[in-house]
Amino acid sequence: MTSARRLQSGGLVDRSRRIRFKFNGRDYFGHPGDTLASALLAQGVRLFGRSFKYHRRRGVVGAGAEEPNALVQVGEGAYSTPNLKATQVELYDGLTARTVNGWPSLAFDIGAINNRLSRLLPAGFYYKTFMWPKSAWMRYEHHIRHAAGLGRTPSLPDPDQYDKRHAHCDVLVVGAGPTGLIAALGAARSGARVMMVDEQSQLGGSLLSAPAVIGGQAGLDWAGEVEAELRALPEVTILSRSTVTGYYDHNFLSVNERRTDHLGPAQSDTPGSRERLWRIRAKQVVLATGAIERPLVFDGNDTPGVMLASAVSTYIHRYAVAPGRSGVVFTNNDSGYQAAIDMSNAGMEVRAVVDVRMTAGADVAKTVADMGIPVYLGYVVPSVQSGLQGLKRIEMAKLSADGRAILSHKGLVDCQVLAVSGGWSPVVHLHSQSGGRPCYRESQACFVPGTSVQDERSAGACAGSFSLAACLQEGADAGVSAAAQSGWPGGYVDIPVAVERDEAPLQPLWEVPAGALAGDRVKKFLDFQNDTTASDIRLAAREGYRSIEHVKRYTALGFGTDQGKLGNINGLAILAETLGKSPGEVGTTTFRPNYTPVTFGTVAGRALGEQLFDPVRKTAIHAWHVRRGAMFENVGQWKRPWFYPREGEEMHAAVNRECLATRSSVGVLDASTLGKIDIRGPDASRFLNLLYTNNWDNLQPGRCRYGFMLGEDGMVMDDGVTTCIASDHYLMTTTTGGAAAVMSWMERWLQTEWPELKVYLTSVTDHWSVMSVAGPNARAVIKTAGCDRNLDAEAFPFMSMQSGEVAGIPARISRISFSGESAFEISVDANQGLALWEAIMTAGRDYDITPYGTEAMHVLRAEKGYVIVGQDTDGSVTPVDLGMDWIVSKKKDFIGKRSLSRSDTDRPNRKQLVGLKTQDPSRVLPEGAQLVNTPQAERPVPMVGHVSSSYYSAHLGHSIALALVKGGLSRMGGTIYAHLMDGSVVPATICSPIFFDPENERTKS
Amino acid sequence: MLQIECPWCGARDQEEFQYGGEAHIVRPENPDSLTDAHWADYLFNRTNVKGVHAEQWCHAAGCRRWFNVLRDTMSYKILAAYRPGEQPPGSEE
Repeated sequence: MTSARRLQSGGLVDRSRRIRFKFNGRDYFGHPGDTLASALLAQGVRLFGRSFKYHRRRGVVGAGAEEPNALVQVGEGAYSTPNLKATQVELYDGLTARTVNGWPSLAFDIGAINNRLSRLLPAGFYYKTFMWPKSAWMRYEHHIRHAAGLGRTPSLPDPDQYDKRHAHCDVLVVGAGPTGLIAALGAARSGARVMMVDEQSQLGGSLLSAPAVIGGQAGLDWAGEVEAELRALPEVTILSRSTVTGYYDHNFLSVNERRTDHLGPAQSDTPGSRERLWRIRAKQVVLATGAIERPLVFDGNDTPGVMLASAVSTYIHRYAVAPGRSGVVFTNNDSGYQAAIDMSNAGMEVRAVVDVRMTAGADVAKTVADMGIPVYLGYVVPSVQSGLQGLKRIEMAKLSADGRAILSHKGLVDCQVLAVSGGWSPVVHLHSQSGGRPCYRESQACFVPGTSVQDERSAGACAGSFSLAACLQEGADAGVSAAAQSGWPGGYVDIPVAVERDEAPLQPLWEVPAGALAGDRVKKFLDFQNDTTASDIRLAAREGYRSIEHVKRYTALGFGTDQGKLGNINGLAILAETLGKSPGEVGTTTFRPNYTPVTFGTVAGRALGEQLFDPVRKTAIHAWHVRRGAMFENVGQWKRPWFYPREGEEMHAAVNRECLATRSSVGVLDASTLGKIDIRGPDASRFLNLLYTNNWDNLQPGRCRYGFMLGEDGMVMDDGVTTCIASDHYLMTTTTGGAAAVMSWMERWLQTEWPELKVYLTSVTDHWSVMSVAGPNARAVIKTAGCDRNLDAEAFPFMSMQSGEVAGIPARISRISFSGESAFEISVDANQGLALWEAIMTAGRDYDITPYGTEAMHVLRAEKGYVIVGQDTDGSVTPVDLGMDWIVSKKKDFIGKRSLSRSDTDRPNRKQLVGLKTQDPSRVLPEGAQLVNTPQAERPVPMVGHVSSSYYSAHLGHSIALALVKGGLSRMGGTIYAHLMDGSVVPATICSPIFFDPENERTKS
Repeated sequence: MLQIECPWCGARDQEEFQYGGEAHIVRPENPDSLTDAHWADYLFNRTNVKGVHAEQWCHAAGCRRWFNVLRDTMSYKILAAYRPGEQPPGSEE
């Protein structure tokens, strides 16, 4: 195990300590300060992965978030994380990493056959080929995804914790390079609350990657001094290893802070969360996000060993790694020369600087010449040759003046590294997300931020200012003015001197013409991760695609985990050239959050499981239901007993038993979940008159009334019984699921439309425990439990309420029935709910009292034709459609009344509620079954309705159903047909929806 | 995420609020006297403004009060927040 490429001195790694790790099963080591990529490069690894489509060998291209190739799966089991960039993974002891692509192995990949077949796999190949027959896509997709493969999702629950923090600040500085550092300092000295967020483990940005002198000292020393001053200020917060991933409305930004990833998994001595989502509201934002170098587009530009010039410099300066023994620079601007200087200083043999331009900047040209490095002006690298381990030699050729043709061939140059620079792309992502529109700057051939829409400004390289002196100036101005605009005018900072180079302008060259070595398989890559090539873009243009957004989707340009940070600009420029437009006219694709991938854990935070994701509501009697072995169903957030099976009892047997027991003796239902709203005030009855369709003026204290609430469109919205407790005091019940919506509805009308009404609302749903004791023996059971009220029907009639005591517990007792039985609804303080329930169960023992769940409740109410809002209605049903015109007042106005006489609600053939009896009495229709008029129907079949509720009634001995049928009220006795999914046709007779006790003799008894 | 100025509680995040659609739509005094078209206008038709829009919001997870907001539907900038019954700032009385 050697570290052949590690330099003897320099860099920001601690050579005194070794960190051991595994990559694709082999042992390696690195040092503190290394990334996975730098440690592997130091040990001579060049092959990092296979590409997505052609499975071509790929090496490291970049040194940060822009890396498209070196994707790895890090960690094992539950701690495994897919698709991390090796250039960003910090080493820790025992780290294990695998390449995410390459099967069966990285060196020998079966999928590489795609590379040979590549002429058959153009852009859109999958769309064109596998979509026919349509049904087969599901079958192909599995294999295509396996072959393509990008990492594996861990299959075990995530053991880590994640959390969220909210923060407010005056100035948020994004990026801690020279621009961000000086901006933060200028702002913070005013006293403003400043947050500075930086992606890397260490502040300094570009200063970590290149030698710089600021104010007469080393760049990193200057950065250290600024950092120390910032950290000493009480209002400054610095977040490292943190990425601003999204810029949303009203200066709201999201930050993904990676707190323990650099330490490795299961850090038992590290308290708290693995990652944190910061939600920051900033008064002013300074974007100092820098720029990303872009590759040049030539045949074989994806060969391992072809790297961004700035990445080569980063590996040498920051990580003390020379990425090869020999190198060549291929550039169209001055910045590429720095890589030649750095490689030479690192002891690499630099064989050439190949510069597209005819003139280079005087300063860099002189430095390179002094080092004895040959410079070829007006030359390009049209192609390369490679072996199994990557780049071996490059071709050099003379470019025509218009850049479109090769004039002559200079020959081949052996080298292991080709450092390329196609210029710089400002990181305008956050500016764009904030609503700004980047615009094209011809002189630098790049997109720069446009007009600010929110309170943000870009400074330094992300604004297209690439010189250090300009970055410091702009950063200082941005920081001081941002603080001033946030209300802190006193910021200041002296701008330290930085050396300005004499620069020659960049010469755009979006695509290098093919050279002499070009075979018939020329491949000039734009998007390395998705294998999108220059010819794919031209193909898309030939096939009629014009918008860059469409071309992107057709060719998958920028679809990878790197989101096109490297290649999109080259792709859109080639599209522009093909269409005869300028890159500015074609424009960029939309930049969307997130800037870099964010784990699901970070997004979820602690909002996990039943307690925090969606609260579970349980009644005061819940524990009893559980002990009794109830099966539960979810109604809104509530857990309601569904049925109580006895040992070995099926659901239908249990429900039949519960229904029969209630009809023949006595049953008891936990009805605590119904919404309850306490209404008080002198105008309470006036308000009820507006809310409900029926009249509330004459309801006396101690009496109850059923009501329908409509939307202003006339459709049934909620129903329930409201009790008059005093002339200015009512208790409204709502459906279990509708309680919150009804409360909001009532509040809204009171506040916005009728503020003059003196009415006060309180939600009391949880204050009361409610149980419904129903059946012929209900009265006897309550008497046995002990009650101080006369419960006889004459003294305590149906739809009345009395306060009293049951089993010694203060209670409101109501004669309300949803079962069609003689029933008593008893409400007590929720703290007494379980005590009362147990007292009732004890008192009912001699009557074989049977607890029943929501399923039996549904059957009992359906036998009576009582609707359930939301099941028998769907937002398109009026009370008239339900055959309940008797509840609709003709005299007064109420919400929704006018809509009942609209031409559509008034027409005769609306869907109306009816009952259905299947002609085979044992056949239970499925709910939702579509109804038609004939047994055999020619397609298209006119639908005339659907089944909304359907059960087997054990009491009646046949199935019952409620249905909404067009003109159903006038079709009593007629036959209708349910056509089922299995092809069978079930005839049914239309009847009244009231199957049981239409005279209400039981309920009143 | 918008930051909305509740007239009672001050500036809060949008997730505390509930949107209520266009503001200043007054329920007709005598709905029965309206034609279907006039009633439909009250019930269904909204202005769908490109630009400054007066709309209702409720501080649902806060004081639960309804109020009005002037918001630019293009830039999402909020120009004013005012109580029910008040006219939007800058409007003709």
